[in-house]
Amino acid sequence: MSGTYLGMPAFPEAAHEAVGNQTLRGNLRHATHTIRAKRAKAVAEVSDWALLREAGKRIKDHTLRHLDRYLVQLEESVTAAGGTVHWAADADEANRIVARLVKETGESEVVKVKSMATQEIGLNEALEAEGIRAYETDLAELIVQLGKDRPSHILVPAIHRNRGEIRDIFRKEMGEWGRPAPEGLSDTPAELAEAARLHLREKFLRAKVGISGANFMVAETGTLVVVESEGNGRMCLTLPETLISVVGIEKIVPTWRDLEVFLQTLPRSSTAERMNPYTSMWTGTTDSEAADGPRVFHLVLLDNGRTDTLADEVGRQALRCIRCSACLNVCPVYERAGGHAYGSVYPGPIGAILSPQLRGTASEIDASLPYASSLCGACYEVCPVAIDIPEVLVHLRERVVEGGPAVRQGNKVVLKPAKGHAAERAAMRAARWAFTHPGALRGGQRLASRTRRLHPRTLPGPGRAWSGSRDLPTLPAEPFRDWWQRTNGGKGGAK
Amino acid sequence: MRVALFLTCVNDTLYPDTGRAVVKLLTRLGVEVDFPMAQTCCGQAHYNTGYRHEAEPLARHFSDVFGEYEAIVTPSGSCGAMVRELYPRMGERARAEGRGDTLAATLAPVVPKTYELTEFLVDVLGVTDVGAYYPHQVTYHPTCHGLRGLGLGDRPRRLLQAVKGLELVELPGAEECCGFGGTFALKNSDVSAAMGVDKVRNAESTGAEVLCAADNSCLMHIGGTMTRLEVGMKPVHIAEILASTEEEPAV
Amino acid sequence: MSSRDRILGRVRRALADVTPDERPYEQAVPREYLREHGERSVEETVDLLAENLADYRAIVHRCATGELAALIGRLLAERGSKTVMVPAGLERGWLSGAEVEHIADLAESTPHELDRVASVVTACALAVAETGTIVLDGSPDQGRRRITLVPDHHICVVRVPDQVVSSVPQALERLDPTRPLTWISGPSATSDIELDRVEGVHGPRVLEVVLVSGEAEA
Repeated sequence: MSGTYLGMPAFPEAAHEAVGNQTLRGNLRHATHTIRAKRAKAVAEVSDWALLREAGKRIKDHTLRHLDRYLVQLEESVTAAGGTVHWAADADEANRIVARLVKETGESEVVKVKSMATQEIGLNEALEAEGIRAYETDLAELIVQLGKDRPSHILVPAIHRNRGEIRDIFRKEMGEWGRPAPEGLSDTPAELAEAARLHLREKFLRAKVGISGANFMVAETGTLVVVESEGNGRMCLTLPETLISVVGIEKIVPTWRDLEVFLQTLPRSSTAERMNPYTSMWTGTTDSEAADGPRVFHLVLLDNGRTDTLADEVGRQALRCIRCSACLNVCPVYERAGGHAYGSVYPGPIGAILSPQLRGTASEIDASLPYASSLCGACYEVCPVAIDIPEVLVHLRERVVEGGPAVRQGNKVVLKPAKGHAAERAAMRAARWAFTHPGALRGGQRLASRTRRLHPRTLPGPGRAWSGSRDLPTLPAEPFRDWWQRTNGGKGGAK
Repeated sequence: MRVALFLTCVNDTLYPDTGRAVVKLLTRLGVEVDFPMAQTCCGQAHYNTGYRHEAEPLARHFSDVFGEYEAIVTPSGSCGAMVRELYPRMGERARAEGRGDTLAATLAPVVPKTYELTEFLVDVLGVTDVGAYYPHQVTYHPTCHGLRGLGLGDRPRRLLQAVKGLELVELPGAEECCGFGGTFALKNSDVSAAMGVDKVRNAESTGAEVLCAADNSCLMHIGGTMTRLEVGMKPVHIAEILASTEEEPAV
Repeated sequence: MSSRDRILGRVRRALADVTPDERPYEQAVPREYLREHGERSVEETVDLLAENLADYRAIVHRCATGELAALIGRLLAERGSKTVMVPAGLERGWLSGAEVEHIADLAESTPHELDRVASVVTACALAVAETGTIVLDGSPDQGRRRITLVPDHHICVVRVPDQVVSSVPQALERLDPTRPLTWISGPSATSDIELDRVEGVHGPRVLEVVLVSGEAEA
C-alpha cells in the first residue's frame, strides 16, 4: 500500500489523541449516529435482507475461489468490448501504468472519481511526481484534498470535519486550485455543496482524462459499475475522451444477474438509501456513430496484497468487502478513535482486518490494528456480505503473537512472533498452566483473598492501563469454590 | 434435573455472590446444581488475544470436567459464547492445520449442552417468572457476546420484567459495547475508558438505581468506571436479582 | 514473467485448498431472495414509483398521452428554459407545446456547449418502483449519457405501466448490459457534510419525472 502512512504510531497512541479531541468526538458521534439509525430503517424495509446477505456472501466466496478463471474471462470480455486491460502486481506498477497512459494522451491534468483503490496506491502523489495534477471531484475528497488532510472514512472521507471547518477550508483554499469560494460563503451544507459545484464545473468541462475505480466488474459481460451520489462520477465517466479505471481484482462478480443482489444491499448499507442517486454501467467503449462517452478505455487490474490475502483461508473473507462502510458507522471504537488512527485509507473494523493483510503485520501500526476492537460484533451484524470481522481480528492477533506461515508478495514465508508481546506471552502461558492445574489456581486465589486488605485500588506500572480510569473490584473474603466446599454447596448450613 | 455450574474463573475469584445466587435460584426452581471442583477457565482470554494454541489445553480440560453432565449452565454470556461458538472453530482450525479431528471430537460433546443462565431458564426450564422480588429501578445492559454471539434476544428482559417490585427502565444506546473487551481494556485503555464513560452516562441518565447485566466482566468495567466517576449506581449481575426473594432479599 | 502471469500464478497458488469438484456457480449461490417485495396491482406499482421518486426529491407529474405536450411545454416555461436538448429519437409530438430552441444531441458538441443548454427532455428504458429509479440506456429517445448530466434541468418521461418494473432484479432482466446505462434515483445528492443529505450537486439539480399513461402516439 501507499507510503503515505509509513511510520504511523500504533493504534492506541493515535487513538489517545483522538479520544481527547472534543470537536472530533462530537463530529464523529453526530455523523455515525445519524447514519446508523437511517441504515437500520433502510434495511428493515427489505423483508429478505438475510437472504440477500447470504447470496452476496456466496457470490463473493464463489468468485474468490475461482478468481483466476473469472479474471481471464473479464479480460476477454473487456477486450472484446473495446477496452484495454493492464495488470499491476503492486502499487508502484499500477502508478507507473496510469502515469504512462495519461502522458500518452498529452494531458497534464485528470479528474478523479472517488476511488479507494487509487487512494490505496497513492496515485495522486505518484502522478504529481510525474507532473500530472489529479483533481478529486467527490465533495468529501475535495474537502480532504483542499485541506491537505487524510481521508478518515470510506464513504465520507471528511467525516471528521464539521460544516464550519469545511467552510473555512473552502474559503482559504479553493482559490489556490481554481475558482475561489463565493463571497460570503456560509456554513450551510447546501451552500457548501453549491460552492463545490461551481469550483469543480470548470474542471469537468475541460477534462480530457478521467480516472475511476469501480464497485463491480461483471466477468461475463465486461461491464463496470460505479455507484455514486453527486454526479461527479458521471462527469468523470462520460465527459473525458480517455477513461482509466483502477480496480482491485476482488471486485469481480461472475454474471450480470449478480448485480441484482449488490444493487439492493450496497445503497442501503452505505448511504442508507433505497438506491443511490446515480449508478453508471459501461461495457468497454461504444462504436463511433453512436459514440457515447470516452473513446478510449483502460482497465488496470490491481493485486497489491490481494492475492496474499486470498492465500489465507480465514482472512480471505475480507476480500468480499464491497466498501459500504456500514461497519465503520456502527463501530464504537471507530466512533471514538476516528479514522486517522487506523493509519490506512481503510479505517474502522474492515480496515483493521484489511490493512494488516494487504500490507502485512511488520509495521507497528499494522501489528496493532487487529487489537483495535473490543470484539463486540456490531460490525459483523451489519456487514452486507457477512464478513466475520471479529473472527478475522482474532486470527490476525494470532498471526501477530504466534507468527507462522503466511504469503507476502506471492512468496510463502514463516512470520516470527511480533516483538513487544514477550511479557504477555509469558503471562498467558503461566495462566494456562495454572488453569490446567486447579490446585495451583486455588492456591493463588486463596493467597489473593488472604492479602486482600493490602491490595491497592489503583495499580502502578502496566496496571495503570486499567486503574487510570476504572477502580478495581475488591476481592471477596473467599473464592466461590472455598465457600462451596465449606458449605457443601450451600447445604451445609454456614452462610 | 442435575446440571453443572460453570461459574467461570472471574466469578469464582472475584464474584462468589453471583455463584451463590445462581445456586440459590436454580435450587429454588428444582434443579440440582453441581459445581465440579476441577473447573478453571474456558480459555476465552487466551483465544481472543491471539493465543489459540494456549487456549486448546483449557478447552480440553473444560471438556474433561464437564463432558458427562446433562447440561452446563454459566452466568456469563461471553464464556458461554466461547464454548458454543469458538470451541467448534478451534476444532476446525486444528483440522485445517493438519492435526486431524481429535480436538473437534473432544470438544464436540460440551458445545450443544452449554447454556448461558437466562437461556437455560427460558429455553430449558421454560420459566420467565422465577418468583423473584427486587423492589428497585433497574436498567439493563445487554452484553455483546450474549446479545450478538449467543443471540439471547429479549430473554433477560423478559425475566426482569417478571420480577416483583422491579421497574425496568430503558437504557439509551443499550446495544452499544461498554468497552470492556477483555485485553482490549488494557491494550486500548483510552478508547475502552471513553466507551465506559459513555455507557455510564447513559445509565445515569435513566435515573435507575441499578445497572444490570448478565456478565460480571462487563460489570467490573462499568462498575469501576461508576465509582471513579462517583456515580451512585450499583452494578448487579442478573442472577443476583433473580435469586432475590421477599423472604431473602438481595442486599 | 508478465504481471498478468505473475498475478494469475499467485491466485492459483493461493487457492490450493479449492478442489476441482467444488459446486459450480449455478449451485453455489442460493437465490431464495425475493424477485419483488410485496404483492401489488399494476396501479399500486405505479403509485409506489411515484411515491419513491418523490421521496428522493424528484418532482413527479402524471398525465394522459394527450396531455403530455402541454405539460412539457408548461414545465419548460415554468423553469424559464429557452433551450432544450433533444435526443435524436425523441417522439416529435412531445415538444410541440414548447416554445424553445431545440439543440440536437451531437457527437461533436463540447461539454461547454452542453453547459449552455437549460433543459433536456428524454424518454427512459424503464423505471423501478421499489427504489424510485429511472434507468436510461442511451436509446435514440434518450441520447448520450452526458445530455442528461450537464444541463441543470431534466424532464424524463416514463410510459406507465409498460415501462415500470417492481424491483431491481426485474430491472436487470430487462436491461442490455452492452448499452451504457445510467440509473437515476432523484436529483444528484451528497451526504458528505455531517452525513446530512443535500440535493443538487453536479448532475441536474431539478429532476422532473412525467408518468404518462395511455396508448403511445402513432
